[in-house]
Amino acid sequence: MKLKLYKLIVPFTFILLGIIVWSCSDDDTDGSGSNNDDFNRQVMLTNWADNIIVPSYVAFSADVDALKVASDAFELSPSQDNLNALRTAWEEAYISWQSVSMFNIGPAETAFFRSFVNTYPTNSNSIDNNIASGNYNLQDINLNDAQGFPALDYLLYGLALTDAEILEFYTSNSNSSNYIAYLSEVVDRIDAITDQVVSAWQGNYRDTFVNNDGASSNSSTNSLVNDWMEYYERFFRNGKIGFPAGVFSEGNLEAEKVEAFYRRDLSKTLCLEALDALQAFFRGRIFNGTNNGESLESYLDFLNTMKDGDDLSALINDQFNNSRLAIQSLDDNFYQQIISDNNAMLAAFEELQANVVLLKSDMFSALSIAVEFNSGDGD
Amino acid sequence: MVRRITTYLKDPVKAAPLAVFRILFGCLMMFATLRFVSGNWVEKYYIAPAFHFKYFGFEFVTTLGYYTYILYAITFVAALGITIGYRYRLSCILFFLTFTYSELIDKTYYLNHYYFVSLIGFLLIFLPANSHFSLDAFRNPKMAYSKIPRYNILVIQLMLCIVYFYAGLAKANSDWLLRAMPLQIWLPSRDYLPIIGDFFREEWMHYVMSWCGMLYDLSIPFLLFYKRTRLFAFGLVLIFHVLTRILFPIGVFPYVMICSTLIFFDASFHEKIIDILRKALRLRGKLKDTTTLFWIPNAKNRFLAGLFIVFFTFQLLFPFRYLLYPDELFWTEEGYRFSWRVMLTEKGGYVQYKIVNPENGNWFYVDHSKFLTDYQEKQLRTQADFILEFAHFLEKHFQDRGIKDPEVYVDSYIALNGRLSQRYIDPNVDLTKINDSWKHKDWILPFNDKIYGF
Repeated sequence: MKLKLYKLIVPFTFILLGIIVWSCSDDDTDGSGSNNDDFNRQVMLTNWADNIIVPSYVAFSADVDALKVASDAFELSPSQDNLNALRTAWEEAYISWQSVSMFNIGPAETAFFRSFVNTYPTNSNSIDNNIASGNYNLQDINLNDAQGFPALDYLLYGLALTDAEILEFYTSNSNSSNYIAYLSEVVDRIDAITDQVVSAWQGNYRDTFVNNDGASSNSSTNSLVNDWMEYYERFFRNGKIGFPAGVFSEGNLEAEKVEAFYRRDLSKTLCLEALDALQAFFRGRIFNGTNNGESLESYLDFLNTMKDGDDLSALINDQFNNSRLAIQSLDDNFYQQIISDNNAMLAAFEELQANVVLLKSDMFSALSIAVEFNSGDGD
Repeated sequence: MVRRITTYLKDPVKAAPLAVFRILFGCLMMFATLRFVSGNWVEKYYIAPAFHFKYFGFEFVTTLGYYTYILYAITFVAALGITIGYRYRLSCILFFLTFTYSELIDKTYYLNHYYFVSLIGFLLIFLPANSHFSLDAFRNPKMAYSKIPRYNILVIQLMLCIVYFYAGLAKANSDWLLRAMPLQIWLPSRDYLPIIGDFFREEWMHYVMSWCGMLYDLSIPFLLFYKRTRLFAFGLVLIFHVLTRILFPIGVFPYVMICSTLIFFDASFHEKIIDILRKALRLRGKLKDTTTLFWIPNAKNRFLAGLFIVFFTFQLLFPFRYLLYPDELFWTEEGYRFSWRVMLTEKGGYVQYKIVNPENGNWFYVDHSKFLTDYQEKQLRTQADFILEFAHFLEKHFQDRGIKDPEVYVDSYIALNGRLSQRYIDPNVDLTKINDSWKHKDWILPFNDKIYGF
């Protein structure tokens, strides 16, 4: 009895090995599910870093420098002309910001770049108090809603109804020096944190990013795509449209939560810029160019993922385009749009929403990127 | 034949294997409890969340808030009692009740190995694992036996066999074997591991691991039972569980299984372990258990026999309840839990709740993160019973906030094992009109692919 069983081990092992060999040679016959993943992620990461991320940062940094120049000029002479120039510089930098906000990885993440530069709605009470007391430290993360572009929005457009009255805060107001100081410190803070992030990318971080080309959850691809997705959902879809349109506030409109609340006719421009930047990243579009490099789109095409007979990447691009049409049909001034006809805002939200399924569920699945989150044990 | 079987079951064998099992299990449970508490999981899982997902039929089990710590303290003390064999039966009952209670608070945290621990805790109540090398046996020689009826050891062995074999059967499906899913998704993300990491980028490796995993689970009960293959089998057990420990975050479970399988070894091996322990603890004096516990057909023993028969019949049949449901098990997950289905699916999912006020047609979305933790939200995305339960919670919540009869709809998609996502729940169904039951959930849209096998 015992001997017989012992003898069984050898055939068992052979059967096991045989099945393994058979199963391995079987994978070509089953094209539906097997991803023969030879896509070179490093080429994609290189395109992202060298052709998209760093050039976007450099362009943004130049616009921030221009903002600083304009703010210095205004500080010396708070005239209507200098106010106009400063406003234009602010607008250009704010538009430029929309191309870098999504890259919350590495130096941007550790510096809380997005949080410090674009937390809105801005806290005008906090700003007023800071100016009144002159006692504040903008490096404090709790003051993230009292600085950045939204704070400048308030300082440049929101202090009073007319330009003349706004200028008075910087000229004849009893506390004008504090107003001037706060304005310039906010600009300096954007400038400093931007320099910090850009110089890190221009330094070692670029190589760190490009060389971390594996498929683990800490790899550059997986981290950035997760961050990108979070940006799409929380900061782009919800922040720019969902929250102000009351999508998550039980139907109560919260129009005052629009981006650029005090310069309201800018909200659509900023939203469209962000959408374009998101799609350009998806397509691997070289910054300010017309050619596409390796990207999520080409990765999906490589894997030839099909859904309902169509290319997933085509479906995603179509949905980006549908979203663009829906947003373009809105008033330049989202605040006005929400007050007069919120349904159009909700329609735009639905279009953005439709892409979440394609991106977060299908694209993540096709690329074998797990949605990140920390938990305890699994089984 | 029946007589031969009953004689075999009643046959007195040495009690040492059960005693060693008791000690190892107790130690691991003490460690697991400490680990759970020190990881701040009591706070994160049972105290912080505003809402808990209940097991069907166990809705009365509610969180105890900060008193949950007391529950864990009792579990720890009970595990200590089991380890040293002090007031053993009381310790087992307390362990089983407190451990199971905390598992039942929220099904978000369901894990097969917690279920396994609960079952072992339950079985130990009825086994004389304190008859040998225990404080009870030391204090009261009447409770001390060197030999006990064989079925007491077989009960644990059978439970282990069921876990392995059923886990193996569950892997015998076309996704696991022919598409190497979901290992094909998981393994590449472990490519940073030294030596083996490089192989995880290779597709053939995913197939090798899938097939070996299934064959391991199916064959290990037999390999452990036969003496000739036992050592080889234990080697496999070590390799398999150490590998799973490296690859996946599965806590103490690998150690539980490694220690548990030692019960298949000969009594002489366990006697050696006890000897070593006695020396290490500097225990002097002889073990007082020289007598044999014979099986006599009294009421208590008949009751126990009946209990084990019912228990194992249930264990053998319950995992197959999925056959009573239409559509794909991996898709609906009807009959998925409590069936030793481990690591079989990777689901990408997306769910968005929409509340409609029928009085004025107003609608809005729900920000889940206001009510749920990330962990809960992850489970919510892919499981229909979670989706339904949360819908009822939202109905109540918005009723309290002034909407008389809110309607709750979900927009939900699931990508199963690398497939493209498909709509999961019928978006036109008002979930407030539906109550959970054992019946098939016909508001789950049919799966538009086919997975063959168990």
